[in-house]
Amino acid sequence: MLFTDLFTGLGMNHSFAWFVSQFLSILIFDVVLLVLIAYLLLADRKIWAAVQMRRGPNVVGPFGLLQTFADLTKFLLKEVIIPAGSNKVVFMLAPLVTVVLAFAGWAVVPLDKGWVVADINVGILYLFAMSSLGVYGIIMAGWASNSKYPFLSALRAAAQMVSYEVSIGFVIITVLLFAGSLNLTKIVEAQAGASMLSWNVFSILFPMLPIFFVSALAETNRPPFDLVEAESELVAGFFVEYSSTPFLLFFLGEYLAIVLMCAMCSILFLGGWLPPLDIWPLNAIPGIFWFLIKICFFFFMFAMVKAMVPRYRYDQLMRLGWKVFLPTSLLWVVVTAGWVLFVRPHL
Amino acid sequence: MFEAIAFYFFAAILIASAVMVIAARNPVHSVLFLILAFFNAAGLFVLLGAEFLAMILIVVYVGAVAVLFLFVVMMLDIDFAELKRGSLQYLPFGVLIGLILVAELVMVGSVWVLKPASQAALASATPAGITNTEALGRILYTDYIYYFQIAGLVLLVAMIGAIVLTLRSRPGVRRQVISDQNARTAATAVEMVDVKPGEGA
Repeated sequence: MLFTDLFTGLGMNHSFAWFVSQFLSILIFDVVLLVLIAYLLLADRKIWAAVQMRRGPNVVGPFGLLQTFADLTKFLLKEVIIPAGSNKVVFMLAPLVTVVLAFAGWAVVPLDKGWVVADINVGILYLFAMSSLGVYGIIMAGWASNSKYPFLSALRAAAQMVSYEVSIGFVIITVLLFAGSLNLTKIVEAQAGASMLSWNVFSILFPMLPIFFVSALAETNRPPFDLVEAESELVAGFFVEYSSTPFLLFFLGEYLAIVLMCAMCSILFLGGWLPPLDIWPLNAIPGIFWFLIKICFFFFMFAMVKAMVPRYRYDQLMRLGWKVFLPTSLLWVVVTAGWVLFVRPHL
Repeated sequence: MFEAIAFYFFAAILIASAVMVIAARNPVHSVLFLILAFFNAAGLFVLLGAEFLAMILIVVYVGAVAVLFLFVVMMLDIDFAELKRGSLQYLPFGVLIGLILVAELVMVGSVWVLKPASQAALASATPAGITNTEALGRILYTDYIYYFQIAGLVLLVAMIGAIVLTLRSRPGVRRQVISDQNARTAATAVEMVDVKPGEGA
């Protein structure tokens, strides 16, 4: 969409120009995303180190800036080990499923007004679907490894992710009730106003941001909800048997999903690409800058939670999901619907 | 042209994976093929212009129902040789049921007459001017709200029934009461004992 006019200007017919521009924008998007992930991964380790008063990675490149690329090279050059007792097709399919789904979710994320690969009507549902399918990579890996720890991890993952999807779903419903649309661009535009006070987080939806954030932690298996890969109980969880590139794909898929959740948080509650104040020097800056800042803010929160909070016990995890978040978010769907129908027209 | 290619692509994979669901020897593979079939059905919905239904199909069936399927099937320990033995003796019975179902399908397809209003609705997946989601919402929550509520009630009864059937109250189970734990202070939780040497606590 972005480059369609450019290529039609060069004399291509419309549908071919559309195809080429889509291909090009997906390519650019994915490359930029991968580089972003590389540095967010480094940031994650640096933040974690700073909390524990360590230096973190600082050897490869200046300030350790090339650490992630060194790790990447290491993973790519190691031997892939496939366990003899594993179900080989499913075993190799699992990391691919994880990483493809994690990339696919980004297709509908608007980086700025009109800067989106696929501006579909049901964008938020698509994102929800892609994030809820992430569990398949884990279940397939756990089952196909034909080994005890991965299997236990897969069972935990299935129960945990299905539980927290419910509250994520209700939070999304409150937001789309408020915006009146399932299109992500329209959800962001509904939050536009003179200042950041018109963002969803400063409206009646404010209790939904913590619920969404914590559910996102659980959905992406981040600490304190990383029971799926609890190393004190399950060695490394579902990727015990994985090595080299397949392991790298799992790792990449996990971080892509985390950053996608950060992007979802900022689109749903912090107004996506909107500047904090709609005045001259701020609204002249491209929206993608504000969007990236918001993603980095949420990623920082993710990293701090990982550094500071001890792991939950499994029954506490289930209790939080079903007995705290589900009733609260369900109640808030009713409250938001009432607000939109009866209070907002009179404001 | 492109839509036709996409349709045959989705339809072919859908049928092939549906066949594989019953043909696969491993039940986990069956569930994975079932998921592939759901995905391709969602693709067909998108081609029809019913993008909301496509996404709901993926969210509900693939994201939730099939996960629970997979959860259960993974934990089953099935002896396939035992299962396959003697399956031929059920073949005539199975074929009979299959034939009856096919005959019924043909009868429904050839005899069923739709109301003219419904016929018009078939032609346009979405009324002009509103999105798919709004159109479905109007039908479900405005036109047929009472049927929708009754369906919800039926599901609620089923859910309560399932809970009642499996609920068993065992005496003597020690449960964690979070509020009690949070209400504990150092004064109530810790007792300082001055132990004399050689006496023990």
